[in-house]
Amino acid sequence: MKRRTFLLAGLGTGGALFLGWSLLPPRQRLLGRTRPDTEGQAVALNGWLTIAPDDTVTVVVPKAEMGQGTHTALAMLLAEELGCDWARVRVQQSPIDAIYGNVSAFVEGLPFSPESNGTLERGIRWMMAKTARELGVMMTGGSSSIRDCWMPMREAGATARASLVAAAAATWGVDPSTCRTDRGVVISRDGRQLRFGELAARAVAHQPDTVTLKAAADFSLIGTSVPRLDSVAKSNGSATFGIDVSLPGMQYAAVVMAPFGATTPPAVSSAQWQQCRAMAGVSAVVSIPGSGYGDPPALAVVATSWWQAHQAAVALAAFARAGTTDPGAIPVSTVTAMQDIHTAIQNDNGMPMRIYGGAKAALTTSARTLDATYAVPYLAHATMEPMNATIRASGSQAELWTGTQVPGYARAAVAHVLGVNEEQVTVHQQLLGGGFGRRLDVDYVAQAAAIAKATADQLPNVPVQLIWSREDDFRHDLYRPATVSRLQAGLDDAGRLTCFVAHSAGQAPFKSYSRRVGFLLTQYGPDRTTTEGTWDQPYDFPALHASHSEIGSAIPVGSWRSVGHSHQAFFVESFIDELAAAATQDPAAFRASLLQSHPRALRVLQRAAEQSGWGTPLADTSDGRPRARGIALHASFGSIVAEVAEVSVGENGRIRVHRVVAAVDCGLPVNPNIITQQIESGIIDGLSSALYGELVVEAGTPRASNFHEYRVLRMNECPTIEVHIVPSLDVPTGVGEPGLPPIAPAVANALFALTGKRLRSLPLRLPTEVTT
Amino acid sequence: MTDPIALQVNGAPATVTVDAETPLLWVLRQTLGLPGTKFGCGIAACGACTVHLDGVPVRACATPVSAASGKAITTIEGISGRVANAVQQQWAALDVPQCGYCQSGQVMAAVALLHEQAAPSDDDIDRALQGNLCRCGSYPRIRAAIHRAAETLATSP
Repeated sequence: MKRRTFLLAGLGTGGALFLGWSLLPPRQRLLGRTRPDTEGQAVALNGWLTIAPDDTVTVVVPKAEMGQGTHTALAMLLAEELGCDWARVRVQQSPIDAIYGNVSAFVEGLPFSPESNGTLERGIRWMMAKTARELGVMMTGGSSSIRDCWMPMREAGATARASLVAAAAATWGVDPSTCRTDRGVVISRDGRQLRFGELAARAVAHQPDTVTLKAAADFSLIGTSVPRLDSVAKSNGSATFGIDVSLPGMQYAAVVMAPFGATTPPAVSSAQWQQCRAMAGVSAVVSIPGSGYGDPPALAVVATSWWQAHQAAVALAAFARAGTTDPGAIPVSTVTAMQDIHTAIQNDNGMPMRIYGGAKAALTTSARTLDATYAVPYLAHATMEPMNATIRASGSQAELWTGTQVPGYARAAVAHVLGVNEEQVTVHQQLLGGGFGRRLDVDYVAQAAAIAKATADQLPNVPVQLIWSREDDFRHDLYRPATVSRLQAGLDDAGRLTCFVAHSAGQAPFKSYSRRVGFLLTQYGPDRTTTEGTWDQPYDFPALHASHSEIGSAIPVGSWRSVGHSHQAFFVESFIDELAAAATQDPAAFRASLLQSHPRALRVLQRAAEQSGWGTPLADTSDGRPRARGIALHASFGSIVAEVAEVSVGENGRIRVHRVVAAVDCGLPVNPNIITQQIESGIIDGLSSALYGELVVEAGTPRASNFHEYRVLRMNECPTIEVHIVPSLDVPTGVGEPGLPPIAPAVANALFALTGKRLRSLPLRLPTEVTT
Repeated sequence: MTDPIALQVNGAPATVTVDAETPLLWVLRQTLGLPGTKFGCGIAACGACTVHLDGVPVRACATPVSAASGKAITTIEGISGRVANAVQQQWAALDVPQCGYCQSGQVMAAVALLHEQAAPSDDDIDRALQGNLCRCGSYPRIRAAIHRAAETLATSP
C-alpha cells in the first residue's frame, strides 16, 4: 500500500477526535469524505472503524443487514487483522460515501461467463471496477458483500493495527517490529502493555507505509462460527427496524395505489374525498402523481395513528373501486404477458448471450435430440416487514429513516422528489425485515417523500411514516419475471452430450430496475439477469447456444433472490436430468461426466451425493409411501451448491420434501455457521416458490392480497436440512442466494425418479390421482 | 366510540383512549410505545404480532383492544421467567434469527407452547408454530431451539 501522509488528527465538535478526511488519493477505499459517527472520545482510525477509550471497537459496516448475517461476518474480517478482543466489537452503519460503493457486484454483473477470460473481457472487467469505484454505488445485493469487502475491511483492520503498534512503540522508544498484539493489547518484547483504547488517540499520527495482511493459515477468527452479533437483540424484541422508528409529533400515512399501467391516481368524488378527510384522526388526504422510481399514482391519507390512516385508505379504495366503470379496460395481466412470452419463444430471434461450437447445427447431426419447454410464473418477495419509510422534511433539509439495500439511491430519490440537494438529505439506515432484492428498489421511499411534500403546507415540519399494508406489499411489488425457456440438446450414439441450446423469453429485471433508479450503465444491451444460470455453468457443453428474448409488460419486475438463477437453474438442471434419463445414465454420474474439467464443481457434486446416501435404498415414509431422491448442481454468485432432495407423494398428489442435503463451495468459509444458515434459508425460500409461489395479475392487479392467497412454506412443511461446506482457500464468495437455485430442480428430479412424471413448470403440481 | 379503555400490559396498568375496534397491535406499537410486537399481515395469517392474553398466544393484529381489557397482556418486552429465559437463551445460542422480524412472534409462540407442554414432540411444535411464518427460513433452528430449551428446563431446577 502507498504511504498515506494525508492523515491528520484534529479535534472535532463534541471533543471527538477525527482525522483530516479531505485529502483523498484517487480510488482508495480506506478513507472517505465523510467520517464515521463517533461517540464520546472514540477515535476513527479510518473509514471502517472507531476505537473508544474503553477498548470498544466499532466496525463501520456499509452493507444492509437483512438477515444474511453480513454485519457479523464483515466485522470478523476487520477484527481478524486488527487483532482486537472480539467481545468488544460492535457494528455501526456507515455513512454514504464512495469508499463504501460496491465494486464486486458490478464487475460480476457483466454478461460474461467466468470461463471468458480473454483480453477483451479482462479489459472490460478492469474498466467496470474503475467505473464502479468512481460511481461509489452503495448496494447490498448479488450476494456480494463478503467478496466486495474482503480486501478493504482487512486492509482497514491491518492499517489500524499497524498504527496502534507504532504508537505504542514510539511511547516505549522501541522498534515497532519488536511488538506484538494480543486481543486488543500491544505488548513489547519485555512485557510492557498498552491497550488499543489507550493508544487510539495517539495512533492517528502513526500511519504505516505498508501493511501486510495475514496469511489464511494465521487466521484465528475467520473460519470460526462466532455467534451473530444481532442474535440476542433479535430474540428479545429490542432490535429495531424501519417500521419501529418513532419521532416526536410523527404522523402515519397509508396509501391507495393505482393498478399497473394506470397513469392517474384512483378516482374519487370530492364528496367522498371530504368524507375520508373527516374520519377520526385524519389530518390530510392528498393525491400523489407517482415519482418515476416505480411508485404508481396514488392517494395518500395522513393520520395520527396508522390504523386511522389505514381505515380512511380502505374507505377511499372502496369508493375508487365502485366508481370504476370498466375494470377490464386495463389490459395488463399475466395471461397477456404469457402470450407475448410464448410468441417470442416461437419467433426464436433472441439476443445471443453466449454461443460457441455450432450448437444449432449440431442438433441436426446428433444421433438423437431432446426438445422441452419449461415455464415459471411471476413471484412476489413477501418480506415479513412490509415496505415503509419515515421522512422529516423542513425547508431545504430532509431526513430519511428506512431499511434499504441502496442508501445512496434512497437519498437521491428523496432529494429529487423534494427538490433539495442530496447533501441536505440524511439517511438513517435501519435493520431490514427481509430484503430478498425487494429493498433494492426505492419506490416506497420516493412515495414517502412525495407524501411529505404534498402535506408540507398542512403539516409543516411533521415527520411522516409511510407504512404499506400487506395487501399493498403483495400488489405493488417488483416481481420475479415469469419466464419460459425452450431447451434442446443432442446426444451421440454413446449417450454423450453433443450440444445444448437454450432460448428463453421474459421481462428483463435488472434493465427495468436500472431505468427506475436512473442507473445508466445497465439500461441498454444484454441483461445478464435474464439468463444467468444458463451459459455460466461449470458444465463442459461441447457446443452452446444461449439466447433470450425480452418482452415488455406493465407488470413491474425486479431482482428476486438469485435473480436469473432462480428460474434458469430449474430449466437447466431439470433438462440435464432429462438428458441423463435419455442416455440411461445415473443423474449424478451424468453430471459428473460433464464436470471433468471443473474439479471444484465435481467435488461439490460428489460431496452432496455421498452425504445424502445417493444410490442407496430409501426407507418408506412412516405412512408407508415410497421416497425418492433428486439431485441438482448450480453455480451462482461465485459459489457452487449441490442439493439432494428426498421426496414422497401423499394423498391427492401432495408433494412432501423430507430431507435436503446440500454441499457448498463458497471459497474460504468466513463463518461456517452463517454459511449453513444462509444455505438453509435459500433452500426454504426456494421450496416456497417450487411448491407454491405463483403471482397472477388480472386487470392490472395481482389476485393475491395476503398470505392466505400467496402460500409460503410453514414449519410443518419444512424438511430437515444438512449443509456440508467443502473446504477451500479461495477468496470467499456469496452465500445469501446460491442455496436457492438448485432446490426446485432437485425436487422436480426426485419427483421424476418417484413417479416417472417430468414436471416442467413451477409451482410443481402433480395430478391428484398420481401413484408412486 | 373512544371511551378510555383500561389495560394491563406486562404487569402494569395502562389506560388508552382509542376506538374500541382498534387492533391491540397498533395500540401496543403506537399508543403504548412497545414496538417489539410486529405488523406482518393484519389478518392473523402470519403470527408476527403474537402476544399472550392471560398466557394464551393470540394475534394482536386481529384482536380488538376492547377484547384485551381485563386480561393480562404480555408482549415480547414483558416476558420473563425460566421458560422465557430458556427459550431466548437457546434462540441466541443456536443463532435462530436471520432478519429477525418474525422472531418476537416465534418466541411468544414457543414460550406459550413450553408452558403448555414441557417436552413437545415435533408434531406438537408443528401444530403450535405452523401459523408463524418466517421468510428467512429459520424453521429448523426454531425447532432445535425449542427442543434444547425443553431439555435445559427439564434438567435444571
